[in-house]
Amino acid sequence: MGMTITEKILAKAARRNGVKPGETVWLDVDVLMTHDVCGPPTIAIWKKEFGDQAKVWDKQKLVIFPDHYIFTKNVHANRNVDVLRQFAAEHNLPNYYDVGTERYKGVCHLALAEEGFNVPGTVLFGTDSHTCTSGAFGMFATGVGNTDAAFILGTGKIWEKIPESMKFTFNGKMPEYLTAKDLILQILGDITTDGATYRAMEFDGKAISGMNMFERMTLTNMTIEGGGMNGIIAIDDVTKQYLKDIGVTEFEEFTSDDDAVYHSKYSYDVSKLEPTVAKPHSPDQRDIVRNVEGTKLTKCYVGSCTGGKITDFQYAAKILLGQKVKITTFIVPASTHVAKQLEEETIKGISLKEIFINAGCIIAESSCAACLGGPSDTIGRSIDGDVVISTTNRNYPGRMGSKSSQVYLASPLTVAASAITGKITDPRKYL
Amino acid sequence: MENIIKGKAYVLGDNIDTDQIIPAEYLVYSTSDPEELKKYGHFALSSVPINKAGLPNGGIPFIVGDNYQSEYKVVIGGSNFGCGSSREHAPLSLQVAGVKVVVAESYARIFYRNSVDGGFLTPFEGNEKLNDKIKTGDEVEVDLTRNTIKNLTSGKDHQLCPLGSVYDIVKSGGLFNYARKNKMI
Repeated sequence: MGMTITEKILAKAARRNGVKPGETVWLDVDVLMTHDVCGPPTIAIWKKEFGDQAKVWDKQKLVIFPDHYIFTKNVHANRNVDVLRQFAAEHNLPNYYDVGTERYKGVCHLALAEEGFNVPGTVLFGTDSHTCTSGAFGMFATGVGNTDAAFILGTGKIWEKIPESMKFTFNGKMPEYLTAKDLILQILGDITTDGATYRAMEFDGKAISGMNMFERMTLTNMTIEGGGMNGIIAIDDVTKQYLKDIGVTEFEEFTSDDDAVYHSKYSYDVSKLEPTVAKPHSPDQRDIVRNVEGTKLTKCYVGSCTGGKITDFQYAAKILLGQKVKITTFIVPASTHVAKQLEEETIKGISLKEIFINAGCIIAESSCAACLGGPSDTIGRSIDGDVVISTTNRNYPGRMGSKSSQVYLASPLTVAASAITGKITDPRKYL
Repeated sequence: MENIIKGKAYVLGDNIDTDQIIPAEYLVYSTSDPEELKKYGHFALSSVPINKAGLPNGGIPFIVGDNYQSEYKVVIGGSNFGCGSSREHAPLSLQVAGVKVVVAESYARIFYRNSVDGGFLTPFEGNEKLNDKIKTGDEVEVDLTRNTIKNLTSGKDHQLCPLGSVYDIVKSGGLFNYARKNKMI
C-alpha cells in the first residue's frame, strides 16, 4: 500500500519504514520555533522539569522570533521579550531575532521561510497554531503547546499520532480576481472548522503549481482553521527556485504515492469560484462577496502571517493605485523584509508604500499586531462595535480585540476594494 | 489523578475557541508567578458571548466578581472544543479556575494535547451530544475509571469514550511524569 507525503516524512522522523494513520509514534524534531507569547512559559516549564543547569538539546535547531506583542507599552508584554533575550544570552543561542536590532524579523511563520528554516522533508514544531504554514515547503509542520515544546527543548523528541490525509485539488488557471485566500475560505466553508481535525490537508493541482510560495503559504497557513494537524504541498520548481535564492541547497524531496490512501478527496475548478468571505464569527461562515456586498464597514486590515506577505500587498496595491480609502485602513507588513519590499516593489513606477500612503492608509511596523487583538495599545485593534474586513485568519468573538466587534475575513483584493467604498465590495469592480 | 470528580456543570456550545477561553490580551501574565497566575483563572471563559455563557439559557458568568475560581468543576462543551490558537494558557486557565474535567463532543487537536501533556485537566469525549442533556448548575459525577458521567440532578447516566492511547499520560499527570515513569528522561 502506498503512503502520502505526510506519512513518508513522519515515517522518516520516527525512524520507521512505514507508518499508518492512527498509530502513535515518537518523532525526532528538526526545528523547534517559539515566540514571545509562548516562549517564556515554555522556558519556565523546561527549567522546572530539567533543572537550572539544563542544556538545550540542539541550539542550531531552536529558533526564537519575538513577534506578537512588540510595539506596546504593556509592561508584562515587554517583560516576556526580556525573558527571551535573557534566555538567548544565557544559552548563547544563534537563532534569536531580537526586537530593536537589525535582526528583528517580525511574524515568525514568514520569517521561518525567509531565514531558510523551512527545509523540505523535515519536521518542524512550533508553539503557535499557524506553524502549519511551513508545510508549503513539502515538510511536516504543526503547532504544539508549551509543555510539548519544553519536552522538545530538552529531548528533541515528541509523540504524535499519524494523521489521515485529505486531498484538495485545484484545477484550472487562477482568474485575476481570485487569490489563495479565496480558495482556503472556500474549503473551510465545505469542511467547517473541525472538518480536518487530527488530519493532514494536502494540496495539489494546476492552480497550486501556478502559485508562488507566498500564496501557497496562505493555503497551508489556514489549515488549522479547518482543525488540520498540518497542511502540505509537495515541492516543485517554484519551491526549488525560492530555496536556491535564499541559499538552502540540501533537502529531501517526498511525494505521495499514486496508490496512497486518503480519508477524502475534494476537487475544485478555480474558474468557477468567486471572491469569497468568511462572515462573523467563524472562519467557516463562508459566503461569496456578492451576497454580502454593501455591508457597512468601519475598518480595513491587511496584515498577519496569512495576509501580510509581499504578494498580499501587491494585490492590495493593484486595487488602491490612484484611489483614496474611505475608512481607516491598516497596512501591516508581516516581516521587516516585506516592509523593505514595499519600498522596492513598484506598480507603474510607484512603490507599493507610496501607493498605500497616497491612498490614505496607515502603515504599521511588522508584527502580529491586531490579528489577535493584543494589548490595548495595539495598532489596528478593533474597538467597540467595529465592523472590520481583514486579510487575517480568525474571526471568532473578540479575536481582533473588542468582543462586540464583527470581523469579515477576505482576500487582499476584496479588502482593498472595500477600503475604497467603506462597504464590502467585489474586487472585480476595480480590476 | 482523582478517580471520581463531583461538582457543578457549566455548559457551553460548539466551537468554543481559545480566544473565548482566555483572550489573547491576557497572555502577557506570568504562568509561574502564583499571584499573576490567578489572573488566568479570573479571565477564564471571559470572552464567551454572555447569551451563550452557561447553557441552556445563557447569561451565567463562569467567574463571579473578582474571584479567580469558579463554582463549576466540570465543563460540558459541544463539538470542536478549544479550537483556534495553540496557547496552553487555555487549559491552564480552566485548571486555575478549578475545572477538573471537560466533556465535549470533540476537541481541537492542540487543546486536547495541551490538556493531556500539561496535566491540566482530563478531556473526555462523550459517546453522545451532552450539552443539550446537562444544564448549567446540574450536579454531576464523573468516574474516570468507568468512563461515565452521572447527572445527579436528573438521575441520568451517560457513557464517555475511553481515553485510549493518552490514558497513561493522563493517569501519570502529564507528559513529563509519564516520560520519567517510563525512563525516557
